[in-house]
Amino acid sequence: MSSGGHGSATDRRLNALFRHLSSSARMDPQQLNSIAASPTSANQNDSVFSHVVRAPEDPILGVTVAYNKDPSPLKLNLGVGAYRTEEGKPLVLNVVRKAEQQLVNDRSRVKEYLPIVGLAEFNKLSAKLILGADSPAIRENRVTTVQCLSGTGSLRVGAEFLARHYHQRTIYIPQPTWGNHPKVFTLAGLSVKSYRYYDPATRGLNFQGLLEDLGSAPAGAIVLLHACAHNPTGVDPTLQQWERIRQLMRSKGLLPFFDSAYQGFASGSLDSDAQSVRMFVADGGECFIAQSYAKNLGLYGERVGALSIVCKTADVAGRVESQVKLVIRPMYSNPPIHGASIVAAILRDRDLFNEWTFELKAMADRIISMRQKLFDALRARGTPGDWSHIIKQIGMFTFTGLNPQQVAFMTKDYHIYMTSDGRISMAGLSSKTVPHLADAIHAAVTLVS
Amino acid sequence: MASTMLSIASATPSASLSMHEKLKGKVKLGSTTNSTAGFIKTKSFGRVSMVAAVNVSRFEGVTMAPPDPILGVSEAFKADTDEKKLNLGVGAYRTEELQPYVLDVVKKAENLMLERGENKEYLPIEGLAAFNKVTAELLFGADNSVLKEQRVATVQGLSGTGSLRLAAALIERYFPGAKVLISSPTWGNHKNIFNDARVPWSEYRYYDPKTVGLDFEGMIADIKAAPGGSFILLHGCAHNPTGIDPTPEQWEKIADVIQEKNHIPFFDVAYQGFASGSLDNDASSVRLFATRGMELLVAQSYSKNLGLYAERIGAMNVVCSSSDLAARVKSQLKRLARPMYSNPPVHGARIVANVVGNPALFDEWKAEMEMMAGRIKNVRQKLFDSLSAKDKSGKDWSFILRQIGMFSFTGLNKAQSDNMTNKWHVYMTKDGRISLAGLSLAKCEYLADAIIDSYHNVS
Repeated sequence: MSSGGHGSATDRRLNALFRHLSSSARMDPQQLNSIAASPTSANQNDSVFSHVVRAPEDPILGVTVAYNKDPSPLKLNLGVGAYRTEEGKPLVLNVVRKAEQQLVNDRSRVKEYLPIVGLAEFNKLSAKLILGADSPAIRENRVTTVQCLSGTGSLRVGAEFLARHYHQRTIYIPQPTWGNHPKVFTLAGLSVKSYRYYDPATRGLNFQGLLEDLGSAPAGAIVLLHACAHNPTGVDPTLQQWERIRQLMRSKGLLPFFDSAYQGFASGSLDSDAQSVRMFVADGGECFIAQSYAKNLGLYGERVGALSIVCKTADVAGRVESQVKLVIRPMYSNPPIHGASIVAAILRDRDLFNEWTFELKAMADRIISMRQKLFDALRARGTPGDWSHIIKQIGMFTFTGLNPQQVAFMTKDYHIYMTSDGRISMAGLSSKTVPHLADAIHAAVTLVS
Repeated sequence: MASTMLSIASATPSASLSMHEKLKGKVKLGSTTNSTAGFIKTKSFGRVSMVAAVNVSRFEGVTMAPPDPILGVSEAFKADTDEKKLNLGVGAYRTEELQPYVLDVVKKAENLMLERGENKEYLPIEGLAAFNKVTAELLFGADNSVLKEQRVATVQGLSGTGSLRLAAALIERYFPGAKVLISSPTWGNHKNIFNDARVPWSEYRYYDPKTVGLDFEGMIADIKAAPGGSFILLHGCAHNPTGIDPTPEQWEKIADVIQEKNHIPFFDVAYQGFASGSLDNDASSVRLFATRGMELLVAQSYSKNLGLYAERIGAMNVVCSSSDLAARVKSQLKRLARPMYSNPPVHGARIVANVVGNPALFDEWKAEMEMMAGRIKNVRQKLFDSLSAKDKSGKDWSFILRQIGMFSFTGLNKAQSDNMTNKWHVYMTKDGRISLAGLSLAKCEYLADAIIDSYHNVS
């Protein structure tokens, strides 16, 4: 029927159309015979993609999409964890601007491909940052550190390596956890199980449940641990609890995979926020660590992070690194240079590093003060419930305990944008906007169940 | 803490025996006991009891992977101390002084960006909107109907590799069982990308060693023989590694057979502007297919043409038959990117958007690109002249002039390529590919000597 090269799939669809037309209309057979699929017709039935459905927006990043569409002047974006100043503006740290100026002024700089494992100096400095400059693991060359695309990329590359080379392909993730975790691990080829973590009754840690669940995990299983400032709950184990977790995990040979996205951002101290990781490394055991500089250096869009794998021996670390390279090369070949160069410039320079620690503390302090203000505002309104978890939780996020219906209400009536699990980003709050949020929470709690 | 454990371990002979068993490879992984409470708890799991202090790595069985065949060449080059050494491995442009080159327009763009003091917020998963707009326009032409009708899903990707990987992931998920046909030979990393994405692939004939040209009949036959609905990976211009491109007439025939078999064209465009010096000419193959109303995939890279290698900037474009489809495909590409790296890096995207979006910078870019492509053409000529003058065998070296782009497929085999490296300190890939971008006029004679020796004296 048709001219020029249409395959059978197209013919089938045309035949169906033909039958439909000839049965439903009094069309002239001559006209029907002249129906042919024009190559330029935008007929969805002819598309090879016709079976592709529209995916929903990412639940976290989609919040910002919805926020951007809202014309209300009262709108508040408490969705994605990006720091905002008291004026509600994004912040580029002074040390970052200084480092960037240095980079641009340096005429010897080139844009040649980095090695597959990334910028060597960045890798060394990142390992020192998380493990401590005097870490025996580093001294003994037992750590391989590979530059990756922020936290997500580090998690994905580490998980892909494990799916290929580790005999245990199950990873235990805390309940709840960052929404992207299960997808990262599943696509990497691991199967995902969860361990109890958050206790809604206390809005704190379900420590017993955690110990029971990890205790019944198969020997050698991988366990995802948030190094500090658990996302989304803000609930962290105490140091004593960390020690017990470590003992349990080592007794079962469970492999720790740390997600460290907030070092320095949680308490304001880089060393304090690394204690959980360092505790595990100190016992000589192996672990994986995904580091992100998105929040603590405000380098969100530059996608800078590192995957460190602490191994038993230097020889193993060398072999592991060679295999990690095989994961990276077919994914993106080698990592982007800009963000890593900024980080290296800051970490290697004592003055810039010190300046950074001050800026970091200022950000952490502002968030802590927002916690206090929100807590006070809810108490002042007599909002029903115990809101002390707001000041007990740590890091960028508060797990409010609000349910999806209450969240939807707050979005609709108060233009508050947040994830439906009740998580709010304290970093998105200011003294000016706390009252509006408190009003919204108060209304949600009293009017919606 | 560690010293406590060690002293406990040495006090229990049974513990060290079990360690020995473990080392004999009886078990992949047992369990470890580790206690700082001052006693050892040994757990038996049927075969092995373990003491933590001296236990073996979980990754003891991991073998050392070989170095990357392309990127590994540069590493070997760096280690070579001979002053005559020449790096013709990776395709990165070098000046006549054999120095890396940062384009002037790139420096200008970066200065502008710094002056503006832009923020570093997360990009959307699909990347920088301004970048996505200009990259599609650059590829298809701003007036192209595919753009006017909004039928293209464009997603910023991590240069060419990352864009190809996104597409591979899309194919794996939405076209299960569909094969990708890749040229024989092709860029070494193509098969790794499809392997890791679990997309089956097979080869179509491409390079004809007898003519050092295109095996067109073989190519058409193999594309025809593939199961309908296969993805056909095509190099938009400047085929890597051979430098051999189809003629416009041959492109038409390739399009014919692809349409006939309901295959899906999948372009890898890593050298737009770099091959002929003209951005539009180098996009003509892609535009030919788009004009026919075909649905197609196109991966783009700005590594070479804007010298942005390390910034990892590229894009995946999917041309669909309707704008609604394009929106749906875009949403699914996002869903694949999010668990890989969440959102792409901003710096390189801003540079491209600034250069391509600013008429003055865009013109300057075109001039710099012509200069780079021109230098490579000059080097080709000089190499050809040197070979013709020095080689008395009468071998026809004119393929060097006919090939296009950064690379030349010399026809040297692995042993001959090894000779190039071992005897002459010329670093290249084992498939006989040399990067002319790494060659200076000054070194052409030396290279000619090396090639002639390797070709005639080694088998």
